[in-house]
Amino acid sequence: LSHGAGGRAMRQLIEGIFHEAFDNEWLRAGNDQSAFAVSGGRMVMSTDGYVVSPLFFPGGNIGSLAVHGTINDIAMAAARPLYLSASFIIEEGFPLADLKRIADSMGVASREAAVPIITGDTKVVERGKADGVFISTAGVGRVLDGLDLRADAARPRDAVILSGSIGDHGVAVMSNRENLQFDAAIVSDSAPLHTLVAMMAEAGGRHIRLMRDPTRGGLAATLNEVASQSKVGFHIDEEAIPIKPEVAAVCELLGLDPLNVANEGKLVAVAAPEGAEAILAAMRAHPLGREAALIGHVVADDYCFVQMATSFGGRRVVDWLTGEQLPRIC
Amino acid sequence: MAQPAGSEVRRRFRLRVRGTVQGVGFRPFVYRLARKMRLSGYVLNDSAGVLIEIEGLDADDFSKELRTQAPPLARIDAVDLLELAPVGDNRFEILDSLAGRSATRIGADAAICEECQRELNDPGSRFFGYPFVNCTQCGPRFTITCALPYDRAQTSMASFSMCGACAADYDDPENRRFHAEPIACPDCGPRLSHPVAELAARLEGGAIIALKGVGGFHLLCDARNDAAIDLLRLRKARDQKPFAVMVRDIPAARQIAQLTDAEEELLTSAASPIVLVEALAGQLSNRIAPSLRRIGLILAYAPAHFLLFDELARFSPVYPPALVATSANPRGEPLIADNMDAELRLSAVADLIVTHDRDIIMRADDSVMQVIDGAPAFLRRARGFVPEPIDLGEDGPSVIATGADLKNTLCVTRGSEAFLSQHVGGLDNRETIRFQLEAAVHLCSILDVKLEFAACDLHPDFRSVRMAESFGLPVVRVQHHLAHIAAVAAEHRLAGSVLGLALDGYGFGTDGSSWGGEMLAVERHGWRRLGSLMQLPLPGGDRAAREPWRMGVAALQAAGRIDLALSLVPAHCGMAQLTAMFSRGVRPPVTSSLGRLFDAAAAISGTRLVQTYEGQAAMEFEALVRAPRCLPGGYAIKNGVLDFRPLILRLTETGSGAADAADLFHGTLIAGLAAWAAKGATNLGSQQVALSGGCMTNRVLAAGLAQALRQHGLKPYLPRLAPANDGGVALGQAAYARQVIMNKHASALESPTCA
Ligand SMILES: [Fe+3]
Ligand SMILES: [Mg+2]
Ligand SMILES: [Zn+2]
Ligand SMILES: [Zn+2]
Repeated sequence: LSHGAGGRAMRQLIEGIFHEAFDNEWLRAGNDQSAFAVSGGRMVMSTDGYVVSPLFFPGGNIGSLAVHGTINDIAMAAARPLYLSASFIIEEGFPLADLKRIADSMGVASREAAVPIITGDTKVVERGKADGVFISTAGVGRVLDGLDLRADAARPRDAVILSGSIGDHGVAVMSNRENLQFDAAIVSDSAPLHTLVAMMAEAGGRHIRLMRDPTRGGLAATLNEVASQSKVGFHIDEEAIPIKPEVAAVCELLGLDPLNVANEGKLVAVAAPEGAEAILAAMRAHPLGREAALIGHVVADDYCFVQMATSFGGRRVVDWLTGEQLPRIC
Repeated sequence: MAQPAGSEVRRRFRLRVRGTVQGVGFRPFVYRLARKMRLSGYVLNDSAGVLIEIEGLDADDFSKELRTQAPPLARIDAVDLLELAPVGDNRFEILDSLAGRSATRIGADAAICEECQRELNDPGSRFFGYPFVNCTQCGPRFTITCALPYDRAQTSMASFSMCGACAADYDDPENRRFHAEPIACPDCGPRLSHPVAELAARLEGGAIIALKGVGGFHLLCDARNDAAIDLLRLRKARDQKPFAVMVRDIPAARQIAQLTDAEEELLTSAASPIVLVEALAGQLSNRIAPSLRRIGLILAYAPAHFLLFDELARFSPVYPPALVATSANPRGEPLIADNMDAELRLSAVADLIVTHDRDIIMRADDSVMQVIDGAPAFLRRARGFVPEPIDLGEDGPSVIATGADLKNTLCVTRGSEAFLSQHVGGLDNRETIRFQLEAAVHLCSILDVKLEFAACDLHPDFRSVRMAESFGLPVVRVQHHLAHIAAVAAEHRLAGSVLGLALDGYGFGTDGSSWGGEMLAVERHGWRRLGSLMQLPLPGGDRAAREPWRMGVAALQAAGRIDLALSLVPAHCGMAQLTAMFSRGVRPPVTSSLGRLFDAAAAISGTRLVQTYEGQAAMEFEALVRAPRCLPGGYAIKNGVLDFRPLILRLTETGSGAADAADLFHGTLIAGLAAWAAKGATNLGSQQVALSGGCMTNRVLAAGLAQALRQHGLKPYLPRLAPANDGGVALGQAAYARQVIMNKHASALESPTCA
């Protein structure tokens, strides 16, 4: 791949790859924008940038991640995702074959989720100005009728529900990057959550206060964020949090706290206590929510702490981290 | 006196006395001294300390007498003298205190004095058998006081109104209890919830008792009753961490431990700390300090303790009674000091909860000390020492430093003094974080100080750092090991270049990596890292600190003998995976920590593979030392890097046993560190070597290294006024931050960028 002058043919080549992979009526129309009709109601829009290393990992790649990520950001507002856009910053010299793999998996992800990518852009930058490829996706969706989720809506005694095991994505990416090998293959949990959300909404929508996908920073970051936005605290129970044994083993070996490890196909819901059972039951009926669990509850706390009852007894404050997990013990 | 007695001229002086001079019987002392010297005038407490005017024929001798005869708990920092014109008054008076912004301070809590002990045992005294007897020379101060100025209304004694007898003592300048703010007697004062005889009977029967004391609740049980101690360990979920033992007095202490004069002096001091001493075999339950040779010993210090021991003595006339006395704190949380809290949270641990109705305003654990190289050193600085200041030698801005996240303490500076808070603990739970804030607010309130700057660690995710950022003050970040060294330089007031050896577990380095065995050059206008220990892989971050077997494998990897891992470090579930990881070329982060090297040695020598409490591996390894000896060629020094791989390789040669390994390890470490420091000192052109960091709580290493440095012609300085471990970090942060601010190194102050 080269950037600059000899560009026209190259640009057509690249755009061809994406058009073929994403193929739909809007892209075929060949406009610089895409028009679509909306029904009445509240809309949501979300955008996200994707920079991951490595670009390919067990269970997905940067492309599927970008599609799932934006779908999930929309779904967390209890909205049905409708359309996506995708924009690519590609480093000069990046193999076209890799680009095609990424584009294809985005196409598959978007078709499987039934959320088309209807507009996009590509830019090639000088070698060293990017790391392989960066993807930016945006999306719009329509909020399910009667629902209005807000980050500051958590109230003391509310239930905290987690849709499944934590740490899969982060550990998959890390083992790939560090060339670790384990008996059991660990794959990313990257997945679109909007159909799970639709079932939850149907079962107990009015009880749902808010939802979040615990991506970067893991469950710890998500709960801390909600705690400070809602000005409440959380009490969670270590033993109630689902984690795959192989993921737990890697975390133990590498000394990682799985609570700080990223997920790409999980959600946390805070719900009124009276709706928790119905929501949990609906989640467990969905393939992405089979292991859904009640992991704790909201408490009044002027410090907005997330506290976890540990398996040793006692409660520790679960912190969000500014970066990688560093030692603390002197 | 040298000059002719009885001067002919009447002179008048005004004396301004600064220091710990309030609430320690200073005014009555001045009163008695003035009357003895036939001087007129007055004395009063004010915001700056004590103000005195004296007039008479021998007025010029007064200042000297004041300094030499001051009461034991008083600490005079300065006496400013001003001569006035005589006014011809003829009485000496104690005047009421003046309010105002205070530059004086609250004293530390002190163990019961001999006079009060005598009254406690005197059937003729109105204080006979009274568990709260105290006077100006002893009793609680810091733990019962909310704010300055120190008077009864500001203490938890405010709710007790004095009876006639107490009021008379309080108002009588000739009485030992003149203005003893916590004065109380059985007629008017606090009471214990249960009779002492009942406590003794229950303890004798094997019960665990929670007893409210001076700085918080203790959990007590018979130190010779294995079953009681096992039960206490079970209920506290505390596997092996050593317990402190309390005995009545020195004769009792001598029966269970081998004491040096310095240790006896420390045990009997007014601060009454726990002192680590060599236990005599077979005197106590072997459950008290498993696999350790030394135990923490403390003497009775509150009147209630003495009453309890005297009751206990009735049961066993042969052996002096000995009690396990451990802070009553739920796992990892601060000690409990509140009655309701105790009922709520200790009922599952203690068979009997004994409270009293004198509230503890500010909790403080027992301090823990040991004698190293002939002088006392702290492991934990709390009751009896807080809030005694550390003199920094020069005035500076007021800084609050928030310390490190483990063994947290805070430090506030005011004028030329630094005030280190009591031990707060590990900031990983809500209660301790709340205690930290409580301690900060209380310290500022009893110092009445206006803060100008905050100082903290460099670690991006330390709770203590967030606290520093929350004050809304300019923040100075001080690297962890620099802070360790700056604390030593500050307390010894070292001027000029200082070579620092920070021998430690972990600190966030300026390059983001794990530091912990550092040679630093600290100068007035900056600091440099001159060298470090050879880096070892740190497989699993904090996990490696808890599981020494990991460091054992890491050290073998570094020494090129990973093949020995499986045979040396017996099968552990993660062992195969970790060695496989290394063999596939995975590179974990690295550390230059000496603490982790200790862990590696403890694992390789078979001493300990997994720790049940922090520092266990290193403590047990130290306990094995008989006579440290240096392995020839056991270390190498190249480009400032001190490499102990030859020593590691030697330790893999099994056969001579763990004790031999401990001797070799300590001896070689001492020799290698001393040689390394000697090179550094030559390059720096300084003879001052400051030693600090958690590894300097290892007495064999600290004393051995200090001696070895002297043999190299260097001047070693050990931490004496603050702990060598992270409990001293706040002092170093505060001292160094002050220096940065005074140097106007604006560049070292905050300037945020994208990370
Ligand atoms: Fe440290
Ligand atoms: Mg997002
Ligand atoms: Zn006394
Ligand atoms: Zn009285």
